[in-house]
Amino acid sequence: MRRLLYIVQKEFIQILGNKAMLPLMTVLPIIQLILLSFAADNEVKNVNISITDLDHSQLSRQLIGQITASERFTLIGAPPATRLADEDLLAGTADIVLNIPPAFEQNFLKGWPVKLQLLVNAINGQAATVGAGYLNAIIRDFNQDIRLEVPPGRQFKAPQIAISAANWYNPELNYKHFMVPGILGELVIILVILLSAMNTVREREIGTIEQINVTPIRSWQFILGKMIPFVFIGMLLLTVGLTTGKLIFDVPMVGNLGVVFLYCLLNLVAVLGIGLFISNLVDTQQQAMLVAFFFVMVFILMSGLFTPIESMPEWAQMLTIPNPIAHFVAVMRKVLLKGSGLADVAWNFRITAILALVFNGLAVLSYRKVR
Amino acid sequence: MNVITATNLTKTFGNFTAVDAISFAVKRGEVFGFLGANGAGKTTAIKMLIGLSKPSGGSTTVAGFDLTTQSEKIKERIGYMSQKFSLYEDLSVRQNINFYGGVYGLSRKTIRSQTARILDEVELQANANDKVGSLPLGWKQRLSFAVASVHDPDIVFLDEPTGGVDPATRRQFWEMIYAAAAGGRTIFVTTHYMDEAEYCDRISIMVAGKIAALGTPGELKQQYQANSMGEVFLRLVR
Repeated sequence: MRRLLYIVQKEFIQILGNKAMLPLMTVLPIIQLILLSFAADNEVKNVNISITDLDHSQLSRQLIGQITASERFTLIGAPPATRLADEDLLAGTADIVLNIPPAFEQNFLKGWPVKLQLLVNAINGQAATVGAGYLNAIIRDFNQDIRLEVPPGRQFKAPQIAISAANWYNPELNYKHFMVPGILGELVIILVILLSAMNTVREREIGTIEQINVTPIRSWQFILGKMIPFVFIGMLLLTVGLTTGKLIFDVPMVGNLGVVFLYCLLNLVAVLGIGLFISNLVDTQQQAMLVAFFFVMVFILMSGLFTPIESMPEWAQMLTIPNPIAHFVAVMRKVLLKGSGLADVAWNFRITAILALVFNGLAVLSYRKVR
Repeated sequence: MNVITATNLTKTFGNFTAVDAISFAVKRGEVFGFLGANGAGKTTAIKMLIGLSKPSGGSTTVAGFDLTTQSEKIKERIGYMSQKFSLYEDLSVRQNINFYGGVYGLSRKTIRSQTARILDEVELQANANDKVGSLPLGWKQRLSFAVASVHDPDIVFLDEPTGGVDPATRRQFWEMIYAAAAGGRTIFVTTHYMDEAEYCDRISIMVAGKIAALGTPGELKQQYQANSMGEVFLRLVR
């Protein structure tokens, strides 16, 4: 046990003795947190629309007026022919083209079915879906309002189901509140994976590991001794990051922060196992960097941070189960935004505990004193 | 009393036999020179003796423990200084001594007294808080030797300890070796300097994985009718 303390002490001296390291490990991730949270905004705010009105009626002008009144749409043109509108789409100046057919008003007033054509540039699938959704909502409202204005005798009554949505857990639909906790979780994990993956291999490169291997140190003491300082660094970054999130983004913290810290501790242990396992297997820091980078990229892009896990194919959803970042992102969001308690995130705790056991088992087994 | 007894110690890598059934014994308090050309199998043999590499065959005891089954016990009783400097350069002299003392399980009190003794021995009192990386090579080597002995081991293995060191520092280094041996510590040393070979109590010379000659410098010179250890070495290795 005392041996362990000496290893921990040595690692701390080495990390803190390097004057540049501590600021680098806390300041850089916080800059990332601020930058990414401001930038990673999925909200579609500005949709360029081109409208071809072949009807030129009061009704069609009313509809156009309603669309342009919305701050989400910018009318970039009103070409006189659908062919010209298509060119706007092709040139990329328009995101959506709306074609109002001839006799639009006439048919509407007669109570005949009326069709509007919507052409959407779907290269950016998400922007396209969201933009079309906005436009559909405007047209639906317009449809409803206009029907009330039609003279009573000519009204046709079709019962309508009205949906009124309430946004729970993030009532203002603040995208930053959604992103900050997830990004912070991701940054904490990336930092410790990279640091730990470079650690034992560095000692191998310098040659100091040989000196360690002729001492009676046990594998688990060595691994644990390396791990403890990194857990501290990870927790420190989480604390600084949560403070930043509160001060700059006013991120709500509905749930118990104790749950967040407890889960972070467990998750750090799991990912440190991965990092040290990588470090034990490779021969150079360069290799360690490449392998760690591979895992980090997969972990991030399949974590549900930027794209919802629910919309991934089933096999990919299965792959998120052993992904520590996916669990961290989920727990951060659930606890901070929704106020989930320990029992609600028990599944994440259980899986992470299993991951911690497996990865650290591998790390201890792969650290061989004798070759 | 023998502190190392090797009987048919062997190491093979696939079809290649790096160490071919060597047998020898090293006595307590002896300065044992382990010589051989590059690639003769010296380093492989040393790596086995200090428990960094598993022997492929033979039965060997080091410090009274069996090499194949009790290598972790052996590690508590031996010290090792590799040919590549391997103290932590980003730690101070004092921090290195403290760390290795702790790793060998010494008490706080013993670490304190050992630190004072080592600083005195290598004359580094004034530089105790300097980073080891900033020291000149000769001091680094002497410090390495001292740190390898921090836990008062029975045997210290020195793998080319004086490579690249100036003659005056080499002399100081050998004075440290003699002082340690006089105190009953066994020194197992490899070197390419033939004048250093003359300083050893006994010498073995490895050629192509086997021990080609073993004896005191005087015996070997007589046996090969040579004036110096250098001549003995050249006759065997050619």
